[in-house]
Amino acid sequence: MSATRAMILVVARELRLSFRRPDQLLQPLVFFLIVTTLFPLGLNLQLSLLKDMAPGVLWTAALLSSLLSLESLFKGDADDGTLEQLVLSGHSLTVIVIAKTAAHWLLSGAALVLASPLVAIALGIPVAAFGTMFASLVLGTMTLSWLGSIGAALTVGLKRGNVLLSLIVLPLAMPMLIFGAGATDRAISGMSPAGALYFLGSLCLFTCTLAPFAASAALRITLE
Amino acid sequence: MWTWFYRLASPPFVYRTAGTLTPWFMAAAAVAIGYGTIAGLLFAPPDYQQGDAFRIIYVHAPSAWLSLFAYTTLAVAGAIGLIWRIKMGHAVSAATAPIGASFTLAALLTGSLWGRPMWGTYWAWDPRLTSELILLFLYVGVMSLRAAFDDPGRGDRAAALLGIVGVVNVPIIHYSVVWWNSLHQGATVAKIGKPAMPGSMLWPLLAMFLGFMCFYGAVLCMRLRGEVLNRERQSAWVREAIQS
Amino acid sequence: MGGYARFVWPCYAFVFGVLAWNLWAAARYQAEARKRALRSLAMSGDER
Repeated sequence: MSATRAMILVVARELRLSFRRPDQLLQPLVFFLIVTTLFPLGLNLQLSLLKDMAPGVLWTAALLSSLLSLESLFKGDADDGTLEQLVLSGHSLTVIVIAKTAAHWLLSGAALVLASPLVAIALGIPVAAFGTMFASLVLGTMTLSWLGSIGAALTVGLKRGNVLLSLIVLPLAMPMLIFGAGATDRAISGMSPAGALYFLGSLCLFTCTLAPFAASAALRITLE
Repeated sequence: MWTWFYRLASPPFVYRTAGTLTPWFMAAAAVAIGYGTIAGLLFAPPDYQQGDAFRIIYVHAPSAWLSLFAYTTLAVAGAIGLIWRIKMGHAVSAATAPIGASFTLAALLTGSLWGRPMWGTYWAWDPRLTSELILLFLYVGVMSLRAAFDDPGRGDRAAALLGIVGVVNVPIIHYSVVWWNSLHQGATVAKIGKPAMPGSMLWPLLAMFLGFMCFYGAVLCMRLRGEVLNRERQSAWVREAIQS
Repeated sequence: MGGYARFVWPCYAFVFGVLAWNLWAAARYQAEARKRALRSLAMSGDER
């Protein structure tokens, strides 16, 4: 079986399994919506003032809800032994990790991007900035999925690994947060977000090319 | 030819050598830090812009440098342990982590106190400060990850991988003042050729750098002996080594 | 200290405190490792 076919099968399996548990699929999304509601409620600001902190709120909420869904990246398969079967399957573990992470992004990151207009309107982000917001969220959530795959691989099978996962992934994700929120912020102020978006793009490329190797090495360490 | 390299990897050799080196490192550290502190506080002239507040550099800059050096050591030693399966690499990596974390905290706090009179604020989210704060979180993450595993070997290897992943932050911290418009000043000492400081200010600073490095060497050797004992408890050589 | 005393001295105090902590913590780590090793030697000695 070729590597491509293996990847497609893994992605298809991930999607199929996730759609069997739609509640688990929706939980991070609902968390995202709830967290973005918390900020305006807590700060009690008018919509026109809220848009200044909207990118930060949006991005922080996206980061936190992505972390929720990251725990399940490898955990389910590790618990029932599928992961070991995948490692033993003879296919490159890196390819399998790429497939699983891509599926994870489709299920969580893409969902966040699709839900973002709702949140953006609630936070007062002008429609003109939506394009930048989408672009930055796509790049950012992809980067986060890749970074998270490393953290998830390192903490799979640990008791209370989810806290450790956040502790590991969040510091690595901070540059992405800075530039992602920065890009949206510039778009809202009417300035060109190109610089920040390019940087975000390069971060994404850097991460997605190197992270699969790190994550598969981590899986080999934690699974042996 | 490679026998000296294999000796480096041998736990009894590491234990003995660390024990021998510690007093020398400590003596050098005491002299250098002693001279650097006294000269820096009393004999260096006040800066024309910053007045006496610039004297914080004598503790801030060496701490910051050590925080980076220790993390790089952590990452390289962990890589040696991971790639060549040399257990002493993991021992060095584990020993250096808490030391580096403490100096990162020192750099952040002294920098904050220096920032208050100089920039008017205890904190700013500028690239260098932010990436140094991220470094502190990385240290904590590596230490927590190592401790989370029941099997210490697995914990070592996982922590080594995380250390390597995080090392990308080190050049970011170092070059942040070059790549971005930062509140934090640029390089004053590391400029090739003429540094931007007069000798009376520079010598105590260089002494402090040297002293802190020797201190790091001493404390690392001390902790390393503990790490070696913990990992090699069951070995035969340990009996004679600790009963002497 | 030219009016900056309340910034300079706490810095030095904190950093020397960090140096002292490092020495103390490393010494304690070594001592506890030694104790644990002695104990494990004693236990395995008894099994013989």
